[in-house]
Amino acid sequence: MIYRSLFPRDVFAELDRLQREMQQGFRLSPSIRGIARGGFPAMNVGGTPQSVEIYAFAPGIDASSLDVQIEKGMLIIAGERQRQAPGTDATVHIDERFEGRFRRVVTLPDDIDPNLVDAKYTDGVLRISVARKQSALPRRITIQ
Amino acid sequence: MSDNSQVTKPNPNDEGTLLPPVDVIEDASGITLYADLPGVPKDKLHLQVEADTLTIEGGIDLEMPGGIEASHAEVSLSRYRRVFTLSKELDPNKVSAEFKNGVLKLSIPKAEHAQPRKVEIRVA
Repeated sequence: MIYRSLFPRDVFAELDRLQREMQQGFRLSPSIRGIARGGFPAMNVGGTPQSVEIYAFAPGIDASSLDVQIEKGMLIIAGERQRQAPGTDATVHIDERFEGRFRRVVTLPDDIDPNLVDAKYTDGVLRISVARKQSALPRRITIQ
Repeated sequence: MSDNSQVTKPNPNDEGTLLPPVDVIEDASGITLYADLPGVPKDKLHLQVEADTLTIEGGIDLEMPGGIEASHAEVSLSRYRRVFTLSKELDPNKVSAEFKNGVLKLSIPKAEHAQPRKVEIRVA
């Protein structure tokens, strides 16, 4: 936990964020795109036989400023989180929340259909549902 | 106002909680606290002020399709909890809260007697 009042957004805040990333990071097997854990937004990815579900925990963002793209089998989520600047007579005691531009990239499985994507923003969580290709769904074959 | 989440006894019925990141800003009229609680619907947010202890708790409720299997999880717990100790110049009866898009904004005004006053210096 940090208690700072002198220098908002200084190097100690960055060290604190790094430390949190490391504390949380060791449980994750390293990815080609580095240690993503602790980044913003935090993401959970899951799947069902019909779809791939991505949850991005991005609170306090105007949904219209979020940019979601599927490109070459990758899902890209980008945006910016702005914060009201504190007044000149205000003191910042704790400063942990993310501020600024963000961009996260997730590799999608091969069997998804990039034309069937649904995105919803509820309670600060962006849920993206990408359908799997019809041909990839399991089918029962009747025996004659 | 100080953070004592680490030293308070954990609830016996929970296996672990997420510590939401916060910003705390103080000006002449009081303290404003912002907390990131993504995934918490309004009815699962609990705020409590008891004596000088402020507790923020929230349960994550995500809409999930049946039969989902997680392949990568950065948010692996479903509850947030953070506890702060308020200092005595803050007025716990006048806390107001706003909750929108997973961000909680708490305004805790200073008690009347604690509002800033200019101290006159007499030169002897």
